[in-house]
Amino acid sequence: MTLFGERVPRVEDARLVTGEGRFLDDLGQDALEAAFVRSPHAHARIVDIDVTDALDVEGLVAIYTHEDLEGRAAEPLPLLIPHPTLTHGRTPYALAKDEVNHVGEAVVMVVAGDRYAAEDVCDRIRVDYHLLPPVVGIEASRGGGRLVHDDVPGNVAAVMVQETGDADAAVDAAPRSLELDLAIERSASTPLEGKGVVARWDADDRSLLVHTSTQTSTSVRQAIAAKLELPVDRVEVVTPDVGGGFGVKIVHPWPEEVLVPWAARRLGRPVKWTEDRREHFVSSAHERGQLHHVRVGYDDGGRLLGLSVRFWHDNGAYTPYGLIVPIITSTQLLGPYKVGAYRVEFTSLYTNTVMVTPYRGAGRPQGCFVMERVMDAIAADLHLDRTVVRERNFIQADEMPYDQGLVFQDGRPLIYDSGDFPATMARLKDLVGWDDFPAFRDRARAEGRRVGIGLACYVEGTGVGPYEGGHIRVETDGTVVVSTGLTSQGQGHQTMLAQIVADELGVPFERIRVTTGDTRRFKYAVGTFASRTAVMSGSAVALTARLVREKALGIAAQALEADPGDLEIVDGHVRVKGAGGGTVSQVDLGAVAVLANPLRYAFDEAAGRATQFAAPADPDVAPVGPGEAPGLEATGYYSPTRSTFANGMHAVVVETDPDTAEVRILRYCVVHDCGTIINPMVVEGQIHGGVAQGVGGALYERIEYDSDGQLLNASFMDFLMPYATEVPTVEIDHLVTPSPLNPLGVKGAGEAGVIPGSAAIAAAIEDAEGITLTRMPISPSELFHLRKERLVEPVETTEGHT
Amino acid sequence: MKPAPFAYHRPRSLAEALDMLADLGEEAKVLAGGQSLVPLMSMRLASPAHLVDLNQVPGLATVDVGAEGVRVGALARHSQVEHDTASYDALPLLRQALRQVAHPTIRNRGTTVGSLVHGDPAAEMPAVLMLLDGSVTLNDVNGTRDVAATAFFKGPMETDLRPGELAVGASFRRPPPGSGSAFVEVSRRHGDYAMCGVGALVTASEGALSAARVCLVGVGTRPVLLDLAPALGDGVVDDEASAALVDAAIDPETDIHATADYRRHLAHVLVRRALAEARTAAEARAA
Ligand SMILES: Cc1cc2nc3c(=O)[nH]c(=O)nc-3n(C[C@H](O)[C@H](O)[C@H](O)COP(=O)(O)OP(=O)(O)OC[C@H]3O[C@@H](n4cnc5c(N)ncnc54)[C@H](O)[C@@H]3O)c2cc1C
Repeated sequence: MTLFGERVPRVEDARLVTGEGRFLDDLGQDALEAAFVRSPHAHARIVDIDVTDALDVEGLVAIYTHEDLEGRAAEPLPLLIPHPTLTHGRTPYALAKDEVNHVGEAVVMVVAGDRYAAEDVCDRIRVDYHLLPPVVGIEASRGGGRLVHDDVPGNVAAVMVQETGDADAAVDAAPRSLELDLAIERSASTPLEGKGVVARWDADDRSLLVHTSTQTSTSVRQAIAAKLELPVDRVEVVTPDVGGGFGVKIVHPWPEEVLVPWAARRLGRPVKWTEDRREHFVSSAHERGQLHHVRVGYDDGGRLLGLSVRFWHDNGAYTPYGLIVPIITSTQLLGPYKVGAYRVEFTSLYTNTVMVTPYRGAGRPQGCFVMERVMDAIAADLHLDRTVVRERNFIQADEMPYDQGLVFQDGRPLIYDSGDFPATMARLKDLVGWDDFPAFRDRARAEGRRVGIGLACYVEGTGVGPYEGGHIRVETDGTVVVSTGLTSQGQGHQTMLAQIVADELGVPFERIRVTTGDTRRFKYAVGTFASRTAVMSGSAVALTARLVREKALGIAAQALEADPGDLEIVDGHVRVKGAGGGTVSQVDLGAVAVLANPLRYAFDEAAGRATQFAAPADPDVAPVGPGEAPGLEATGYYSPTRSTFANGMHAVVVETDPDTAEVRILRYCVVHDCGTIINPMVVEGQIHGGVAQGVGGALYERIEYDSDGQLLNASFMDFLMPYATEVPTVEIDHLVTPSPLNPLGVKGAGEAGVIPGSAAIAAAIEDAEGITLTRMPISPSELFHLRKERLVEPVETTEGHT
Repeated sequence: MKPAPFAYHRPRSLAEALDMLADLGEEAKVLAGGQSLVPLMSMRLASPAHLVDLNQVPGLATVDVGAEGVRVGALARHSQVEHDTASYDALPLLRQALRQVAHPTIRNRGTTVGSLVHGDPAAEMPAVLMLLDGSVTLNDVNGTRDVAATAFFKGPMETDLRPGELAVGASFRRPPPGSGSAFVEVSRRHGDYAMCGVGALVTASEGALSAARVCLVGVGTRPVLLDLAPALGDGVVDDEASAALVDAAIDPETDIHATADYRRHLAHVLVRRALAEARTAAEARAA
């Protein structure tokens, strides 16, 4: 039986749900602990740091400021993703030097016997600041009157334009046109486990072992080596269980990822830092805040002729992750549509707020919101059914692969590899009962209830390169050890990768052990982001398993005196095809592994079989042939030419309370196409989680800064992550259009669920209320005020099908 | 988010607890369920030098139902009160409100008396105490005093509790026969503190209301108790007259979750809903 495509229960779960998980804070019980004095001001110059009062706190070990840092550790943190248009990239120092640019920026590091003492010390350190005027929000920043960085005129980090054809001329010439201003506000990844680092310096070995809650251990390793000026082979980085990342942990090295190892080496003692919730809100990263101005031209049938989008991206105080988020918005905004001539221009702006880096969806929720609001506006203008306008603009299945004529975030052409958008839409209409909705609305109305339906479509570039690898070794007891360099944050990678190896190698699922994110095991990797693990590591591991299989067949062929072409591997045994299970004609993979490693010493019973006197051998043949290696193992890599593009469509039915303006989601339907599905249960879990975050982004979560740059809701009491009670049951249907780009036909599924949330929910509320929504999220209080502004009764909707 | 240093005390009797509180005075805070105090300490918004943990004091985890009403001891958890059948039969409002206090896990530890003493202006139980003409019993080494709900809640997180005092219990009184109650609220998420909440207690006979009172939370610095008698005519509450009374009594503020206007609007909607539900409950109890 093949496991590919099966609902194999996650091997991770038993351990995690019984409390056997090992997260960062479970480690390093013997370590000193660090805490930080962070800036209480959004923009200020540091005048003086006075530690006098703190020196007699019991348990104090060390206090460090920027002056204590030396060499490259004292330089700004790296700009991870440079881009030619990022003319004014700026990154922070590990500890602030002279100036702070957002509330929460680390100014002083304290190391003490435990975190309690470290915080007591922090409380007693006095930092004098000279306040500078803060720049908060896009409107304040683009005025350019106040500057975040003195040497960045107009607060502009970058301006970037992409175009295909003359979009503005096309809009001007179009029979009909619209202009819209659309906004998405700030949110954040908010993994339940914050960041954290434990570092151990081995003075004898002159090496560092670092555990960090990251989405990329290999790159953190390189970064620490560079910053601490250590040879790379003296640094190893291990990722323990990670309680969510959602993008914020792909950024690296975080100041603490440099400072904790630096202090551990300097003190010669293990040091640990566990980020707390408040720190996470004010010193990690946020996302989503963008303002968009759209001009669109179309014909009387609603077919797009030209689209011109200008948007402003709030990148916060620094740009270590480059322009990835706005580049994704500019390219993925197009969704499943042919828009005619297209022009997009964005300005990436500094503000005195926490920096902005990708959060699950990474610029796509904003792009999807813009495009789908445009589709709904056209439908309203032409009194057409909203699905009809979309269908008229879809790229058709026979036009695949389809070149959108732009450059994607991986620097490669934006070419959709496969997909069947009309079929996805047809399934969504079926699933949600689109055509029956007017009757439902009428019944609800008769009961005095207000209901509405909305939908949104997206295309998601997934599985971006450059590469991932896999290493597979069969142990002499038949255990198969699989390792890949990228990291896991709870997605079910162990299960998914084991399913692939079980099929490719012909071994029982239970015999496979998968390790991720441990540089001691695998040194070359990129990381977990952009919905890339199944595509990248999945393909790499499949290719590697094929190499191991070939090697096993070769060795077994000699043992069985058969031709490798006549052999197969079934249930962990190599046997002659069609020969059944007789012991003479088969050999188990553990035995093959023994034979693969010709030995001198019989250190155990199994090994004895591979020693020099155990069996007659050809005296003229070298035990390990030229070009061969001992051991039943292989390393393989997968590197695609470009990204693969998944797609999906969501439909939402909401009910709004006519009196209290509360919004309740009655149904949430998803049709999803991520190519071939390895494990539907894992994919559905990813969709559920994504939808939960989409609902959060649409109705609950919002990062609230006041005009002084103080974050008003730096806790889960006031930053409203939805509870289980707020997340609807998600109804899912899958469409499968395999990707032609990789050996498995898979596409990414990790981020999909979140992308169309705000667009679809806005559309549904708009449909229920007859009020145009141009910014998300929306709260009951805001809906109440929009109703008051309208001052008229809800407009009857005029869907084409009514 | 680790508390500042503090000394921890665990008295084994009420007398020992009162002695400690007398000794420590303003330096001490009582620890009951910890659901409000511990987060405040972790964020260093509260840094008491001494914590007097009530949890080992015997005899305080009580819920007693008598002719007068329901008396809740200092260590009765929200969930104990919520699930106590006799209390529900006597005073349905207790359960009606408690179901909207936080989440089950928090109700398993948080105490009803602690919630009264904490005095959050959006909390439900202070409103219930007001509606049910309740009182809080405060002990110190010198004796005991009962403070009526109307005098107990003084402002946001501010009550009549004095240094050295322990709230040993609270009493909720039975309303007259023919009464019905309801508690309705709107919060951002299920279990959050309400943007506005309204408890209602009405007395009805044969469909006609003879008394109607509401208590609103989240729209002032303390729970707002309102007798709607002036708006009561012909056995019904006149919506306009009641709205005018509500408007005059509340003083909502704008915060990141809701504007003052929206809270005011909710107050009107919820008063109507609470009254309607309470009236239905009164009729059901009479039947
Ligand atoms: C996520 C969350 C959501 C919540 N939502 C709500 C909600 O919707 N509505 C609501 O009403 N509450 C809510 N709460 C608060 C909860 O009800 C608390 O349990 C309650 O406010 C305090 O009770 P406690 O026993 O935990 O008191 P503690 O936290 O132990 O103490 C609170 C304060 O009261 C004092 N105190 C407690 N008992 C006594 C006593 N017997 N004598 C003298 N002083 C005393 C303490 O010194 C302290 O100052 C929520 C809490 C959380 C964590």
